[in-house]
Amino acid sequence: MGVSQATPSSSADRVPTDWQSARMRRRVESRYRAERMFKLAGLGALLLAGSFLAFLLFTIVRDGASGFRHSEVRLSVHFAPQLLGIDHAAVTGPDAAAIIQRGDYVGLMQATTAQLGLPVDVVSEGAWLELRRTVADDPTVLGKTRTLWLPVTSSIDQLAKDKFDLTQPVITRGVSDKDVAAWRSLERRGLLRTRFNTLFLTEADSTAPELAGIAGAALGSLLTVVVALGLAFPIGVLAAIYLEEFAPRNRWTDMIEVSINNLAAVPSIIFGLLGLAVFLNFFNMPRSAPVVGGATLALMTLPVIVISARLAIKAVPPSIRDAALGIGASPIQLVFHHIMPIALPGIMTGSIIAMARALGETAPLLLIGMRAFVTDLPQGLASPSTALPVQIFLWSDDVQRGFVEKTSAAIIVLLVVLLLLNSVAIYLRSRYERQL
Amino acid sequence: MTEVSGRQPETGNAAPLKIAARNVSVFYGAKQALKNVSLDVSSEQVTAFIGPSGCGKSTFLRCFNRMNDTIDTARVTGEIRLDGRDIHGPDMDVVQLRARVGMVFQKPNPFPKSIYENIAYGPRIHGLARGGAELDEIVENALRRAGLWEEAKDRLGESGTALSGGQQQRLCIARAIAVDPEVILMDEPCSALDPIATAKIEELIDDLRGRYAIVIVTHNMQQAARVSQKTAFFHLGSMVEYGDTSMIFTNPVQRRTKDYITGRYG
Repeated sequence: MGVSQATPSSSADRVPTDWQSARMRRRVESRYRAERMFKLAGLGALLLAGSFLAFLLFTIVRDGASGFRHSEVRLSVHFAPQLLGIDHAAVTGPDAAAIIQRGDYVGLMQATTAQLGLPVDVVSEGAWLELRRTVADDPTVLGKTRTLWLPVTSSIDQLAKDKFDLTQPVITRGVSDKDVAAWRSLERRGLLRTRFNTLFLTEADSTAPELAGIAGAALGSLLTVVVALGLAFPIGVLAAIYLEEFAPRNRWTDMIEVSINNLAAVPSIIFGLLGLAVFLNFFNMPRSAPVVGGATLALMTLPVIVISARLAIKAVPPSIRDAALGIGASPIQLVFHHIMPIALPGIMTGSIIAMARALGETAPLLLIGMRAFVTDLPQGLASPSTALPVQIFLWSDDVQRGFVEKTSAAIIVLLVVLLLLNSVAIYLRSRYERQL
Repeated sequence: MTEVSGRQPETGNAAPLKIAARNVSVFYGAKQALKNVSLDVSSEQVTAFIGPSGCGKSTFLRCFNRMNDTIDTARVTGEIRLDGRDIHGPDMDVVQLRARVGMVFQKPNPFPKSIYENIAYGPRIHGLARGGAELDEIVENALRRAGLWEEAKDRLGESGTALSGGQQQRLCIARAIAVDPEVILMDEPCSALDPIATAKIEELIDDLRGRYAIVIVTHNMQQAARVSQKTAFFHLGSMVEYGDTSMIFTNPVQRRTKDYITGRYG
């Protein structure tokens, strides 16, 4: 009331505002200028971030694309039974499989490569496995000659992919003159070809780059993440439901909330130390095992899942809560019939992002021994294994030139998996937002 | 204050007593939102609570089905009896109480489920139907009584949230009716609706009268005059006056009631 009485008297002797005056126009202009500057700065930040990402992806793809391909040499292999030490008659007997396994394929390999007349080994040291597989698949091949494409050594492979600067002196270019000569000879004779490297996707780690694959690490990662999710998801969601819906608000629950928020910010290597102390040293669980890695990563992701689940539960409209309680739903019915269906997409989004983080986690896994050199696919949750990011770390540390492209190729695989996981999370979130 | 307590024991023309509230106070933390209110609700009439915003009328309404229990800081003192039994007593189960005393909220709040599921949910959790056919019947009856059957019978599988605002509110009323309550509490059920939807809800309240004890909180005094037989006027957490609606609107005893009804404040 007081204001409305005071204004007429004061506005009577005030000059009406001239919105077209030079001063006003300057104000408008400077406001527009500020807006333009702000937009430009924002766009600049976006472009800068985008260019970093593009540079990262470009270098990884440039180095890694060739990791999915490998070179093969054409060889005519005569599967002579006497060379292999396999009795021709025995391969139809009851112990055929065992006899075929025992054959001297390395000797056959050496005899075959000697035909090439080259001063160095051009065939990969693991190529004899391919010979054994050929005989095991078709025992009638014994005594006959087959033309096979076999993986070459890493040096020849890298030469075939043009990875060396041959104008450099021998000492700095990283490849011997003998290898170069062997490669030139094979090229001239048309015995080389480059094909998609299935070994990379089906094999585990190896000391020879041309034989190393990511399947072991990928399977180890899968098992680890499954264990982590299996432990962290139910425990985290139950804790979140209890804290949001049932726990009284007091000093204790406040303290728990603060602790959870702090735990979410604890560096992952600390969780690795915790896993080492508790699971390995106290409970004597197996070293390098996915079950321990999963349990350690579960500890790490638990706070993140609790926080995201609490947020999702909190976001359920209170009107739904009123409606359910008003009709006489018990607190448990309220949670499972009404709150969870609405909150679940949000909880899953948070959990998937937490799992994506766990999948890319290296430090805690190093501490519990998942940096082991494992040449077999993991046979179970307790068998020694490694994980994708750890494999990348191990390969990036290797001195052999052939592992450079393997490192980048493994990074590509890891990024694709993470991209898929995050896409699922975004899809779930957008569906959830449309629903409400 | 003396006039108030002098007036309230008379329950009108000896209508059957459903709810008896005595000296009910509600505190939110240290703040007292409702001061010592005593009031009787008849089982065959519509009782309206009117008063300006923040006067405690909704708070009082929420005492009848103990919805204030869901607010951590809320504390209720005094006594409320439903059919003579203390609703805060140890032998009173709050879930059953809320089935007996249904509630319709200010904003239509159907579950994000199908129309059928919205209605069937209450009977299902309270075990009121022995089989699908019986449940279908309950759903149809509830929708018929809420005047929504003709509009909804061909789209029972559609989401309840796809209905218009007025239809959603009638769905919420049908949902409350489906568990066959004795009392229906309505907390400003028309405040989010347009005049046509409001008229339909008022008509519905009139139809439901006699079958259920109805308590309605409203901002709209014309609405209170139209639908209720008893009216209580609240101001600043106290009940100022309670009596027959016709008396309250034509010949209020308290000066504050008269000022509010004639639009002096509110």
